[in-house]
Amino acid sequence: MEFILQPWPWYVSGPLIAVVMFLLLYFGRTFGMSSNLRTLCAIGGAGNRVEFFKFDWKSQRWNLVVVLGAILGGYIAHFYLSNPINIDLSENTIKDLNSLGFTDVGQSLLPPELFSWDAVFSLKGLLILISGGFLVGFGTRYAGGCTSGHAITGLSSLQIPSLIAVIGFFIGGLIMIHLIYPILF
Amino acid sequence: MGKYIKFFLVGILFGIVLVKSEAVSWYRIFEMFKFQSFHMYGIIGTAVATGIILLLVSKQMKIKTINGNLLNVPRKDRGLVRYIIGGSIFGLGWALCGACPGPMYILVGTGVFSILIVIAAALLGTFVYGILKDKLPH
Repeated sequence: MEFILQPWPWYVSGPLIAVVMFLLLYFGRTFGMSSNLRTLCAIGGAGNRVEFFKFDWKSQRWNLVVVLGAILGGYIAHFYLSNPINIDLSENTIKDLNSLGFTDVGQSLLPPELFSWDAVFSLKGLLILISGGFLVGFGTRYAGGCTSGHAITGLSSLQIPSLIAVIGFFIGGLIMIHLIYPILF
Repeated sequence: MGKYIKFFLVGILFGIVLVKSEAVSWYRIFEMFKFQSFHMYGIIGTAVATGIILLLVSKQMKIKTINGNLLNVPRKDRGLVRYIIGGSIFGLGWALCGACPGPMYILVGTGVFSILIVIAAALLGTFVYGILKDKLPH
């Protein structure tokens, strides 16, 4: 039990993510979390105006059920399967974040500088969350998948388009962290 | 209802693994893009390696899905522009808010409700892509 309560090492977590992917394939579906965003748009009626959202979203209900399970899984893991413990980040990361103005680095899952209500109700904080979310939603549909669909499923099945997409993920991520963060923070 | 239970259970497993691995943490994503820890690369690397083996073995053994078909991963369309540009846009957002779509949902379960703003914005981003789709190079 003690092992479960500790953070899980990468060599346990990684294979388990592959098991999730494999189980969904075994059930005749595909692992892809960003598709749910399109489904939710369709449920909201976007199909009345935009062709892209005119599809049989009911066939995607299984994936929304995966999302509901994932939310419950997050709840169980966070509140019942975790000792309160700091994230074991590298010292350089902590140092870099401190110099960008982040304090209490790694003492929670997300930095209060961005996700606390104080931050959310500041204009800058709100704009960061909205821009980040927008770019994720736009980019993932443009690229036809996200980390689950391209990085895990696509690379596991040795697909070149997914490799290109993952290279794109890193181009964007590196630009953001190395070039834009120093301006933002 | 019954046919959905297995998906619910897989979702629970997914949520637990991503929280316990700390892959839902903004800090871990920052650290990854700084190349300052092997942690995230270890997760993605072992996930892909395990995935490759599972798919090869199931192909070799002709494992069938519960529907009786051969296990099949849909092929992505050929292309370059959409993957490199779309991927880069995704990467910018991923690094900025520290969450890709899976973790966004999972973080709701950990009680960080400000992530709902990110989810709402992601829905808007998806909607805008749907509007612009035919005007964008793919």
